[in-house]
Amino acid sequence: MELSEHLFRRESGRLVAALTRIFGVHNLVLVEDVVQDAFCRALEVWKVRGIPDNPAAWLMSVAKHRALDIIRRERTARTFAPELARVLESEWTLAPAVEEAFAGSTIRDEQLRMMFSCCDPRLSEEVQVALVLNILCGFGAPEIAGAFLVSRAAMEKRIARGKKALAASKRLFDLSDAEFAARFSAVRRALYLLFNEGYHGSSAEGAVRSELCGEAIRLTMLLLESPQARSPETEALAALMHLHAARLPARLDAAGDLNPLLDQDRSRWDAQLVAQGLALLDRSAEGPVVSAFHVEAAIAAVHATACSVDETNWTAIVDLYDRLMAIAPSPIVGLNRAIAIGQRDGPKCGLAALRAIADRERLQHYPFYAAALGELELRCGNVTTARDHFSTAATLARNDAERRFLEKRIRDLTLPPHSSRIQPQGGTRP
Amino acid sequence: MSQFLYLYRMADAARQEAMGTPERAQQNMQRWMAWMNELDRQGHLKDRGQPLERTGKVVRGQQKTVTDGPFTEAKDLIGGFTVVEARDIDQAVELSRGCPIFEGGGSVEVRPIMKMDM
Repeated sequence: MELSEHLFRRESGRLVAALTRIFGVHNLVLVEDVVQDAFCRALEVWKVRGIPDNPAAWLMSVAKHRALDIIRRERTARTFAPELARVLESEWTLAPAVEEAFAGSTIRDEQLRMMFSCCDPRLSEEVQVALVLNILCGFGAPEIAGAFLVSRAAMEKRIARGKKALAASKRLFDLSDAEFAARFSAVRRALYLLFNEGYHGSSAEGAVRSELCGEAIRLTMLLLESPQARSPETEALAALMHLHAARLPARLDAAGDLNPLLDQDRSRWDAQLVAQGLALLDRSAEGPVVSAFHVEAAIAAVHATACSVDETNWTAIVDLYDRLMAIAPSPIVGLNRAIAIGQRDGPKCGLAALRAIADRERLQHYPFYAAALGELELRCGNVTTARDHFSTAATLARNDAERRFLEKRIRDLTLPPHSSRIQPQGGTRP
Repeated sequence: MSQFLYLYRMADAARQEAMGTPERAQQNMQRWMAWMNELDRQGHLKDRGQPLERTGKVVRGQQKTVTDGPFTEAKDLIGGFTVVEARDIDQAVELSRGCPIFEGGGSVEVRPIMKMDM
């Protein structure tokens, strides 16, 4: 019996959801102890006796027994979930209540409520994302710290701060709450950030990054499963994630170096993800709303359906960037728009568009602004100016992969490429 | 071939640390299983053994006093055992070197099982 990859991590999120239903969010520490204990047991028993037929059910059954023990032992000394206070008091109803908390549909609903609770606007976005990764995705502080390039101690502090706020909230967010719409938008925003961290993020390690993207997609699909949390905007977000994730296999070359969109081997794009993304984008168009996610997904769809850089409909892409600038203007969107203009109208127009970006000073520490200047100057034949821009870009690189990529561009300067090779960035912030 | 008992010892704190995150626990377990399966494949695995709970009682002395224990703060609590077959103690020791317990600061005690048919 082989264990499916990341089973423990995945089950961790589900067990936390079920146990929080029983113990209440104020007992999050207790919840995590029980989950940890279940994994310790699995570790010790399975490594000797082998993996059981249904590992997830085995873990769940250990957690259930522990939960029953704890409630029986501590019900006079401790308060558990206020919603279940009465049923947990009596032996007649205790076991069925625990059983119910571990049912698939309850776990799904509780995961959603947990997701909404983590995205409390009183917490900073970085805390929200760290909480989602820790509580719902089962990543530990050292792993999250690694992905975000912060120290383990800083990440532990960040997570602890978030959990303290969660525990103080007494109960998880209720999806019928009046604040639902505002919170829902914060949830989408956090998932979008989570995805972008995986896609563009500062971590150089490929495996972690695609896991972050995978988790963002999984949680977004969880939203779509729920009648309350399904909406055209969420579908557009899911479409955007699928279409970008489809390119992940081609995004790093064999040596693990960044391979920009324009250079990618398109046969390595994941056709199934593209198809799912396009279907989601279709469905997302059913409502009256056109959100930034819709436009970004539409841009990704144009790329995903073009057989090559030259056959890409750059006119459509420039138009979509114009719309995006109208809905959610940002210097990064301006940068990507300028790159698209360079493809549509030639490098001189691209350079003019780059220099016309409002707030472009916000891009002065962003390596890909200088890199874009370099690419377009190179295409104009100005090799020396291009080299200066690439050197600036290389000094701004935020990780080794970016540095290697930009240094390689400097080395390759003598071989003018057929087209620009700048990395269009899907995010909307620097 | 002779039989040897492997006694796995580890401090509780080290055990918690080896567990670390769910991902690390899963990887740790997979390394254990790979090691056990390799012993089995080479015909050295006599009995996979059993893991032991971390709690229990100790009965001691002529008074047969009963105390709670072993204590979780004990430096090297026995966490389980396995019986292997090897040519001699040197080979049994050599085989134990692949055990993932060392990554977490634990130890393996290798003890020859007395032969009954001498």
